[in-house]
Amino acid sequence: MNSDFSRGFKAGIPIALGYFPVSFTFGLIAVNGGIPVWLTIFISFSNLTSAGQFAGTNLIIANVPFIEIALTTFVINIRYMLMSLSLSQKIKANMPMLHRCIIAFGITDETFAVASLEKKELTFSYMIGLIVGPFAGWVLGTATGAMVCSVLPEQVQSAMGIALYAMFIALVIPPSKKSKAALTVTSIGIVISSIFKWTPYINQISDGFRIIIATIVASTIGALLFPKGEEL
Amino acid sequence: MSYAFTAVIIMAIVTYIPRVLPIAIFRKKIKSKFVLSFLSYVPFAVLGAMTFPDILYSTNHMYSAVAGMITALLLSYFEKGLMTVALCSIIVVYLCEIVI
Repeated sequence: MNSDFSRGFKAGIPIALGYFPVSFTFGLIAVNGGIPVWLTIFISFSNLTSAGQFAGTNLIIANVPFIEIALTTFVINIRYMLMSLSLSQKIKANMPMLHRCIIAFGITDETFAVASLEKKELTFSYMIGLIVGPFAGWVLGTATGAMVCSVLPEQVQSAMGIALYAMFIALVIPPSKKSKAALTVTSIGIVISSIFKWTPYINQISDGFRIIIATIVASTIGALLFPKGEEL
Repeated sequence: MSYAFTAVIIMAIVTYIPRVLPIAIFRKKIKSKFVLSFLSYVPFAVLGAMTFPDILYSTNHMYSAVAGMITALLLSYFEKGLMTVALCSIIVVYLCEIVI
């Protein structure tokens, strides 16, 4: 085991520990919504992302068409382009394409934050070390949550419908407290979403497209009013 | 292939594309301030739009959902962790539904 790998691995441990309860909750929610245990674990294994897979899973449970699942997930994950772009400037210039394609899979908000604060140039070994712990934490947390859910009483499962949204609130409130821009964009998203949900005639639009339209409009207004940008 | 499995494969692909394209292809940095700030606001807009009003319909009764939402808002305001917020909201909804 070379030193770059172990340095990356150590940096990834706190991320892995932080992921476990979040993916545990994901496992609970997905199985509660009717997704089979094996598929729930496979979602975390193949997607390795929070908001995107939560939203996508939510849409699968609502049985919406593929195109809307694809668009919603893509729009949520567009932010990875920024991170990937930023990391492309920090990795070794001669890194082979295959290695680039492998580490790309492990880019998350948290691994990106750690990697981008790393002083040295990023090597393949370091990135693999950094990614492997959080990946394991994410998948194991999901598996644990998924299996726990299938033995819970029905009444508890029904109360858990709120969990996903409670988590969304927990993600969005702290930064919105500190930043007027974040608060404004979140509020505009809520208002547009509510208009599409409750106005006669236009409420015919599906959940997926309602979210896409709200996201594009709110982010555009945000970018026009507060051109400085924001980190979640 | 089932509907859900196909959807998951699609999700995996559209999640991987934005991760891999820039690091595999681009060498230049984005210059447009507008594009940069637009991208940075996307998570907030998405989370806001997905949460409300959908949260109101997430439980058996709207009253219990409102109670759960207020719980989540308060705990998040005091910056409790994701798991704490989620668990407390579930408990409040559960208790409300027993009363109702």
